[in-house]
Amino acid sequence: MAHAAPHENPLYGVMAEFDSVQALVDGSKRAVAAGFTRMEAYSPIPVEELNDIIHKKRTKLSTLTLMGGLTGMATGFGLQYWASAIEYPMNVGGRPYATWTAFVIPSYELTILFSALTAAIGMFALNGLPQPYHPVFNVERFSMASSDKFFLVIEAHDPMFDHGATTRFLQEQGAKGVYDVAA
Amino acid sequence: MANNVHAQSTATAVLDPVIAPGHDFETVTEAVAQIPLARRTPLGWVFGFLIAFALLMGLQLALGNLLLTGIGIWGNNVPVGWAFDIINFVWWIGIGHAGTLISAILLLFKQQWRMSISRFAEAMTIFAVACAAIFPIFHTGRPWLAAYWLFPYPNTMGLWPQFRSPLIWDVFAVSTYATVSVVFWYVGLVPDLATMRDRAISTFKKRVFGVLSLGWRGSARHWHRYEVASLILAGISTPLVLSVHTVVSFDFAVSVLPGWHATIFPPYFVAGAIYSGFAMVLSLAIPIRAAYRLEDFITMRHIDNMAKVMLATGLMVGYGYVMEAFFGWYSANQYERFMIWNRMTGPYAWSYWTLISVNIGMVQLLWFQAVRQNLKLLFVVSLFVNFGMWLERFVIIVTSLHRDFLPSSWGMYYPTRWDLLTYFGTIGLFLTLFFLFMRFVPMISMFEVRTLLPQAKVKPEHHGGH
Repeated sequence: MAHAAPHENPLYGVMAEFDSVQALVDGSKRAVAAGFTRMEAYSPIPVEELNDIIHKKRTKLSTLTLMGGLTGMATGFGLQYWASAIEYPMNVGGRPYATWTAFVIPSYELTILFSALTAAIGMFALNGLPQPYHPVFNVERFSMASSDKFFLVIEAHDPMFDHGATTRFLQEQGAKGVYDVAA
Repeated sequence: MANNVHAQSTATAVLDPVIAPGHDFETVTEAVAQIPLARRTPLGWVFGFLIAFALLMGLQLALGNLLLTGIGIWGNNVPVGWAFDIINFVWWIGIGHAGTLISAILLLFKQQWRMSISRFAEAMTIFAVACAAIFPIFHTGRPWLAAYWLFPYPNTMGLWPQFRSPLIWDVFAVSTYATVSVVFWYVGLVPDLATMRDRAISTFKKRVFGVLSLGWRGSARHWHRYEVASLILAGISTPLVLSVHTVVSFDFAVSVLPGWHATIFPPYFVAGAIYSGFAMVLSLAIPIRAAYRLEDFITMRHIDNMAKVMLATGLMVGYGYVMEAFFGWYSANQYERFMIWNRMTGPYAWSYWTLISVNIGMVQLLWFQAVRQNLKLLFVVSLFVNFGMWLERFVIIVTSLHRDFLPSSWGMYYPTRWDLLTYFGTIGLFLTLFFLFMRFVPMISMFEVRTLLPQAKVKPEHHGGH
């Protein structure tokens, strides 16, 4: 279908299918060495090396989570302090209003709650999920990416991208199949 | 792990692999994914579900009557003002702890054996916390008003809940725990839901799993953020799980009642929670692995490890009992001394000695590998541990309360049939949710188990020449 006139046909990229995680890692390394910059690897298991090879930078999720946790702590402590010492100070047996030691526990729990929600929601948001449509799903074989096959997609907006040459390059990397990905 | 192929005999159980040999990515995926995707529901499932659902209807009845009549239908009354409601609450919350321990603490310790049991242990946590929540919510009698009393929201007089009270700490701890457990569980499920989406044949299942998997496609960038998020969630769930039962123990320890007012309560409660939680995981894992033929993934190694954790935490709990008795004697306080003496020889002595014989006596059986490898016996032991931990809360709560400071206020506690129906009803709720989980959700984390296989390994950088 996509074989005719690649420049007029909207093409997201070219996808190579590999049989093993090692082949995918080797293929990605060689694609990076060959000068490709816009690509993505897909695998049914987390492979730490792939992010280092392709994207080279780590996520800022940890920093976000720290800020979320601190916000939670401030919220918890602020809420209790404000309610007990400012909004409705109530004298119970002459005890101080701002009993900070007692406030530690809800503040601690809210620190954890806010960090957990930041980590989870932040992970999904940075990953752009939920995302109902993505071109890679147009390739029928891609349904194996969540079971036991490994895929490398070189995207069409890569400066080095050339439909014929990129397809040939991927075939040379030992791919079991190379498919066009419709946009 | 492949060199442990022969490790099948019981004598070499320690060497049993965490996954049986001969599997690859596809067989692992198929073994787990085919259970929720199967068109036919197994007859055994239907039978079990009906029993669980009947018990759940009992819960409906008990709670309906509670709302219509009032909390007077329960047996607790002065001097035993707390009884089944808090016993069952603490029991269920404790059971929940194993799920988080397995998925968070064992992840931080890089214990690979946790991977195949973490999913259903986490599900167990969520369902146990749901059962636990029934009791504090409904013991208010008017749960639709409970928001005023429990959550930080001022009432019509502008008065806020008492933030210096352990009961409010408990609200924060338990609601955080429930939320974080659900989030952790769902995050762990997303890649597997994507697998289900890709393997489902019917359009309806494809759509449902498609929506639930949020469009997950397993790209390198996705996985990187995912792994960081999982590690963070594990890291913050670890102090959370330890804090939850600590805060629950504060409900008792912060009071001035003999039998409750003890500094050993937080660690002793946390150990007890993990002990009962692992007992519940075993009570569920042993029948499930047989029914769904998951012996390749939940191997004797898992069973053995869980039994060992149960033994270790059981010994800590036993230490707690000994220390309680010691404190009673060493306190030189007549009320403390009377309390422990009354616990051992008073009208509830039967419950104390049953507790001691289960949690200090019977648990010693787990020292023997022959017991840890005997599934039937271990199943019975795990049920007894669950019973023993329920009894522990009964002993702590009822025997400490029924002899008040003044003999004129002494009394006895007898549960009513509504107490019993509510309790067994929550077991029905738990089992109903668990049966639904087994039928519709992949109960073993497929992507994590795949990483255990040799073909998931990548050669290190400096050897990677071609």
